[in-house]
Amino acid sequence: MIKQTQLAGFSRRRFLGWTALVSAAVAVPARVWAWARPEAAFVATGIDEALAGLGGTPTVHEAIQFTTPDIAENGAVVPIRIEVDSAALPNVSKVSVLVEMNPNPMAAVFDIAPDTEVYIETRVKVAQTCNLYAVVEADGQLYMQSRETKVTLGGCGG
Amino acid sequence: MTRTWVWIVAVLAMPALSGDGIFDEYRDLMGDDNPAIFVIDEGEALWFEPQGPLAVSLEDCDLGLGAGVTEGAYARFPRYFEDAKTVMDVESRLLHCMETLQGRDRNALLIKPYSLRGDLGTELEALVTWLAAESEGAVIAPEQTHASERAMYALGEEIFFYRAGPHDFSCATCHEQSNMRIRLQALPNLTDHGDAAATFGSWPAYRISEGLVRTMGWRLQDCFRQQRWPGLKLGSEVSIALQTYMAVNAAGGVMAAPGLKR
Amino acid sequence: MSSRIKIRAQHADGITEVKALMRHPMETGMRKDQAGESIPAHFITEVAVFHGERPVMQGYWGAAVSANPFLGVRFKGGEAGDIVKVTWLDNQGGTGEGETAIR
Repeated sequence: MIKQTQLAGFSRRRFLGWTALVSAAVAVPARVWAWARPEAAFVATGIDEALAGLGGTPTVHEAIQFTTPDIAENGAVVPIRIEVDSAALPNVSKVSVLVEMNPNPMAAVFDIAPDTEVYIETRVKVAQTCNLYAVVEADGQLYMQSRETKVTLGGCGG
Repeated sequence: MTRTWVWIVAVLAMPALSGDGIFDEYRDLMGDDNPAIFVIDEGEALWFEPQGPLAVSLEDCDLGLGAGVTEGAYARFPRYFEDAKTVMDVESRLLHCMETLQGRDRNALLIKPYSLRGDLGTELEALVTWLAAESEGAVIAPEQTHASERAMYALGEEIFFYRAGPHDFSCATCHEQSNMRIRLQALPNLTDHGDAAATFGSWPAYRISEGLVRTMGWRLQDCFRQQRWPGLKLGSEVSIALQTYMAVNAAGGVMAAPGLKR
Repeated sequence: MSSRIKIRAQHADGITEVKALMRHPMETGMRKDQAGESIPAHFITEVAVFHGERPVMQGYWGAAVSANPFLGVRFKGGEAGDIVKVTWLDNQGGTGEGETAIR
C-alpha cells in the first residue's frame, strides 16, 4: 500500500492564504543596500574557492540549525532550512548556502536586515550525494554547519 | 466543506506502507508548496482564451456534465460521448473540443501535445492540470453505464496483463504486486483499490525531476517507452483502455491532483 | 495574466512568516534540449522581500536554486493587512513582482 504522503495531492482550495496581487507596474527591484553580488563565490568551481569568495574559512557553530533531508527523492529539488538562534549568535547579517559537489558550489546568499529573524527556507539543486553547507556571517566572522544529503536515482531510468 | 472531509477521511483510511517512509523527511520539508499552482492558473486562462480559426474559447466544451461544466468533470473520465460515438479520456475530449468548437487542426495539435526537455509546459498539460484541480476532492467515478465503457475496462484489463516487447513486460510485471519498488521508487499495485486510488487520484502531477506538470496520458506513454513497447498514441484505444482500467479500480477514491512527484 | 509569484504571509506571536513560490525555469545553461541544443542559462539572480517599504531580506542567487523557486523568510512584527512584497530580477533582465496582505 502506498503511503498517501508519497502521492499526496495539492489542495489549491484548502490551502489558505495564497494570494497574489500583481502590481500594475512591474518595477526592477531597487538595490536596497550597497552590497555587490559576490561574483567570485558564484563562479568558483570548488568548495574551498567558493568559501574563500565569501571571505574566509568558517568555523562550525552550534547556534546554526541547518535542516536538510537525509535522502532526497530527486536532486533537482532539495528543500533546506537554516535558522540561527539570535541569542546564541547575534548580529547575523548574511546566510549562504553551498553544495559541495555542484559544478559551482555557491547556490545562494541572503542579506538579512535587522529585525528579520535569521530564518531561510529554500530549495536547491544537488547534483550528487555530498555535503551541503550553511554559512553565516556575524560581526565580520564566518560560521557554518554542514550536513550530507543523499541523492537517489528513482524509477526505471533510461 | 464536504469535499475537504471526503479527502481527509480518504487519507486517514489508507494504511501506510510498512517499512516505507524513506522520503517522509523530504516530503515534510517540501510542505504544501507545489509549483503546479502556476500551471493551474495557466490552464484556466487557456480554457477561457478564444483560439483557432473560429476564435472561440473552450467554455462550451462538454466534458460529460454539460457544456461548460468543469467542476467535478475530470473525476468521471474516461467516459462515452454520444457526439463522438466513442469512449474518451480527458485529453482526447479536450482535443475534440479544440477541433469542433475552435476549428483547430487535430494533426497540428498532435504534433507536440506534451513537453520535451527544456520546455515550460504545453497547452494540453496546463488544461488537464486546471481540470484536475476543478475535480479536487471529488470522488473518482468513471462512467461504466454504457456498453462501450465496460468494454473499455475489459480491454484495459487484458492489456494490463499482456506481455510483449523485447523484455516481455506487461504493466502487471511492475504493477501487480504490493510493496514493490524500483530502486527507491515505490511501485503502486494497480490491481489493488487503495493503490489505484492513490495513483489515479494524484495525476496529473508536478514532476520535480522535470520541473513540469505531466498528465496520466503522458505517464502511460513513458511507461511504454520504458517497457520498450511501441509508442503509445494520445487518445488511442489502448491508452483509453488502460486509463479506464485504472480509473475503475480507483473508483470510490478521491481526486487529489495536481500532485507532487519525483 | 497569472501572477509570477504566489505569496502567503501569516503572523503569530509577533513574528510574520512569508512563503513565496516563483514561476521561473532557473535554467543552469548546462542542459541540452531534446534536439541536442544547449538551453541558455536563465535564472533569477536577485530577489528581495519587503514589509511595506522596508526591505527585510535581499538575496543573490545562482542557477543552483531549484526551478520554480521557493523562498521562506520570517521577520519580527507585521500586522494583519500589512503588505509584503517579493521582487526578483533574472540574468536576462526579466523581472517578477508579487504582493500579499499579512493574515
